[in-house]
Amino acid sequence: MYDPASALTGKTFVFEAMAENPAVVALSELATDAKFDRDELTITVARESIVAACEAVKAAGYNFFETVTAVDWFPQEPRFQLSYHILSHSLKQRIRLRVMLHSTAASVPSITSVWPAANFYEREVFDLFGIDFAGHPRLTRIMMPENWEGHPLRKDYPVEGYR
Amino acid sequence: MAPITASDRITPGVEDVIADAKRHGNAGTGEHSMVLNMGPQHPSTHGVLRMVLELDGEIVVSLAPDIGYLHTGIEKTCEAKFYQQVVPLTDRVDYLCPMTNNLAYCLAVEKLLGLEIPERAQLLRVLLNEITRIESHLVWLGTHAMDIGALTMFLYCWREREATMRIFEAVSGQRMMTSYFRIGGLALEPPMGFFETVQTFLDTMPAHIDQYEGLLTGNPIWMGRLKGVGTLTAAQAIALGVTGPPLRASGVDWDLRRDMPYSGYERFKFDVPVSNDGDVWARYVVRMLEMRESVKICHQAMQMLEGLPRGADGKPGPIVADAPKIVLPNREKMKTEMEALIHHFKIVTEGFAVPAGEVYQAVESPRGEMGYYVVSDGTAKPYRVHMRNPSFATLQALETMCKGRLLADVVAVIGSIDIVLGEIDR
Repeated sequence: MYDPASALTGKTFVFEAMAENPAVVALSELATDAKFDRDELTITVARESIVAACEAVKAAGYNFFETVTAVDWFPQEPRFQLSYHILSHSLKQRIRLRVMLHSTAASVPSITSVWPAANFYEREVFDLFGIDFAGHPRLTRIMMPENWEGHPLRKDYPVEGYR
Repeated sequence: MAPITASDRITPGVEDVIADAKRHGNAGTGEHSMVLNMGPQHPSTHGVLRMVLELDGEIVVSLAPDIGYLHTGIEKTCEAKFYQQVVPLTDRVDYLCPMTNNLAYCLAVEKLLGLEIPERAQLLRVLLNEITRIESHLVWLGTHAMDIGALTMFLYCWREREATMRIFEAVSGQRMMTSYFRIGGLALEPPMGFFETVQTFLDTMPAHIDQYEGLLTGNPIWMGRLKGVGTLTAAQAIALGVTGPPLRASGVDWDLRRDMPYSGYERFKFDVPVSNDGDVWARYVVRMLEMRESVKICHQAMQMLEGLPRGADGKPGPIVADAPKIVLPNREKMKTEMEALIHHFKIVTEGFAVPAGEVYQAVESPRGEMGYYVVSDGTAKPYRVHMRNPSFATLQALETMCKGRLLADVVAVIGSIDIVLGEIDR
């Protein structure tokens, strides 16, 4: 059974315990928080530095973008959590980059310049959560019809939809 | 009868298509180009994929996929269900490999719980997953060949697919929406005669694959339509998030089963087929070899299952983890033991709480990397379930593969990336 005590939390603890990890080395400056839980490394970065963080981990060998998605922590603030999953083919490792966003400023720079693969995923997050990706080539709805009102995966959107 | 004009608004009408093309960033109205709407009801799009194509004569200038016709909000629905109630929803995501979806979701929740799964359940999961891979590849081969014009293939592939469907029906009672895996193990003990049926299927399968290859591999029409079409380089494939057989056909030697093993795959010996050509032909070759490798893995799984120690009463080992608060008790226990009855009642009515946290579990589905990102807030319902599906990412590479090629090649390319719209739209 899972033991919550096995998790490492806090930048200092994680970065000391995993000092040789290439992602830890690459993000020693940019990281604001970190977590190592259930064998998964999560590094939190500021909203402004996400593109720089992606470029840094890409240079460190994490070559493959897997997915980006959001979690809505409504009514808590910061409300939105963006989770970027990035894989390294050579290291056979995966990291999760995390960005926290306030509901008043739900916008983040697009990483399509680093990985074009993020294009559809960012459109999906924009469509279903209403988070803006600045610099995205074509930020339009992807799942819902163009004239849809609201963002279905937000927690204040009812499961049955508005009737 | 008056002629039909654009003002009649046949959905999608001519004006809609041009408006769409402009919205998708295509010029659409150039001097030598025309805009063509393809789908959503088009036999070669394997579901409800719609594309807005800009053509110069028969040459594709640009291509924009328009998806969402099958969006059912599965991720939202998951948030309103108990953890164990999500399993049947995962079948519907990628309906050609239900077992792989079940596995990815169950592994993710098991990782959140820190649950150890008995060896027998792991081996059965691997066995069924590889049969699912064969089944999914058979659907791909049948439909892909049919798109190209080799209609006979469809019937042969469906013949063998029927055998796999019967195997699924035997274990789960369902042919397609199996929901056979459970958090903590499997739903039921396989029925009598199950292993004999699987053995017969595995023994005959290599000869059937030979038969398919005999019909296609040396066929000049097949080669003409496939070779050199829809090429994708390794760098392009990685940049666009392509995974699975299309990635390996572009020369990237990456398979999650071998490189980041799960569910006991590290114990199996198999080759990962790779090709450097990166065209539709390479994807065909890679998938055909993968079917043979799957048969090899299944044989190993059968041997390992046979070699497992049996209990004192001669019965095979357990198929569920020893976690009474998470796994439903069997019927016999439920009717004779008070504890078991209480656990059963609690699990069904209240579910089970999962420690807070987030995990991402990726498995190698027949189409590529299928990842489940599950976030728990410590309650009995998942706070967020996100599915990273291979077809969604691979679809982004469609324009790169089709640009500058003939319109007819678009059909071959769509067939070769083996998309399932259920997992794209979710």
